[in-house]
Amino acid sequence: MAEECILRFEDVSIQFDGDDAPALDRVSFELLAGETIVLVGAAGSGKTIILKLALGLLKPTSGRIYLFGREVTNYREEQWYDVRAQAGVLFQEGGLFDSLNIEENVSYPLLNQKTISLSPAAVHQKVEDALQFVGLAGTLEKFPSELSGGMRRRVGIARATVTEPRLILYDSPTAGLDPITANRIIALLLKEREIRNTASMIVTHRFQDGHMLASFRYNPQTDKVLKVAAGEKHAHRTRFFVMRDGRMAFVGTEDELEASTDSYISKFTLQRA
Amino acid sequence: MLDILKQPILSFQEYLSLAGRATQNIIRRPFYAQDVLLQMDTIGVGSLPITVLIGFFSGAVMALQMSRALSQYGAAGKVGEITAITLVRELGPVLTALLVAGRNASGIASELGSMKVTEQIDAMRALGTDPLKKLVTPRLIAACVMLPVLTVIADFIGLFGGYMIAVPLLGLTTSTQYWTTSYQSLVYNDLTQGLLKPFLFAYLIASIGCFYGMRTSGGTQGVGRATTQAVVAASVWIFVLDLFLTRIFQ
Repeated sequence: MAEECILRFEDVSIQFDGDDAPALDRVSFELLAGETIVLVGAAGSGKTIILKLALGLLKPTSGRIYLFGREVTNYREEQWYDVRAQAGVLFQEGGLFDSLNIEENVSYPLLNQKTISLSPAAVHQKVEDALQFVGLAGTLEKFPSELSGGMRRRVGIARATVTEPRLILYDSPTAGLDPITANRIIALLLKEREIRNTASMIVTHRFQDGHMLASFRYNPQTDKVLKVAAGEKHAHRTRFFVMRDGRMAFVGTEDELEASTDSYISKFTLQRA
Repeated sequence: MLDILKQPILSFQEYLSLAGRATQNIIRRPFYAQDVLLQMDTIGVGSLPITVLIGFFSGAVMALQMSRALSQYGAAGKVGEITAITLVRELGPVLTALLVAGRNASGIASELGSMKVTEQIDAMRALGTDPLKKLVTPRLIAACVMLPVLTVIADFIGLFGGYMIAVPLLGLTTSTQYWTTSYQSLVYNDLTQGLLKPFLFAYLIASIGCFYGMRTSGGTQGVGRATTQAVVAASVWIFVLDLFLTRIFQ
């Protein structure tokens, strides 16, 4: 049986007013259920734009976008709300609402998605579970400004996953974080993938993040991440896309990426050394 | 020539689109009553002290300025009438609107601008909320309700300021004469424009503040720019609209 296609881009381009060149130029790819795509590339290469197009936060100039089997290219804003209810997103800085406390932030999608109808007690329980998942159980009453950058990112993950979406988009989840906190964040992404088998796209500048996602797995019994054997890598189906000036310069596995001799592409794998 | 006009026309078109959709949302579900009340508190109650202060001094200054001119013609007793008409028709609505524009158009633009540059607006859309319904419409409703109320308060306080100058300080007239002439000088036309003006000014202030806030780009510098543009645009359009409204009511 063919696997469900969660997200599909067909020759998608976008050009902003006043720009000479398109910010994204004829990009095509498919993201299947349970698959992980790691998007790497220089700043301004179009990584975040792909995430925003996938969620309808930007409209493409040309091409077609399919999300959960529906063509959403020309969806109106009202039509998007039902589709977005099945997707979670972590924005670059967490995108938390300053004026709401952590409980209100995490419960926001549960209370505002039209397709979700839960009792206040059930919402509270789900929020507690989501915060427990990211190791921030005691922060319900705190405000985002009272948390560190890493904690805010973890609250963002809790908010993105609280509705148990079929697709999660992570925009630079480790940007600006120290290596220890960054690894903790990626461990959470591994945990989410392992437990819920969610399709995900991760925008990152760090090859190490992609390497962890491709080569490690979360063990629910020991609550630790473990390196997988070389032959097991395919089980996790992590693909790497390298973006360059709005185009896909590379699509492949970690091994293929590491084997690339292209000077631009190899810059990202060199980070590991 | 056309290229120069292209950007302002495009911006105006975007403003009309935002204001139109935000206005339509007033009658569309979901309703964010709590946000409306919160904004009423911020815009209305928050602006009350400064409105009272400015209202009092504008009335006092008006009475002081008029006292000399009216005394020359032996019409010092008319000070209440002049103060009332000037305040209700013109000074009350315009001064209050300018104060609220300075305080709230900037506040709205900077708040929404900060949310925009920190991706909170995108997060809101991604999490199932229409930012226009949640952020813009409550501010429009709150401003349109609270500015006429603030204007009425400013008018009364201004009349009281005029009274303090005209009666206890300068003894131009008696207390009864001041309040009676003030009351009798006002006709329905004055009251209509005295209430319609702040209502329309409020719509301008809130929609312009939201417009500049929602289109903010360029980080913290962009937020500052949006704030300044919102106050300048709101202030200028208040005067432009005031001219048209005054002409209509003449």
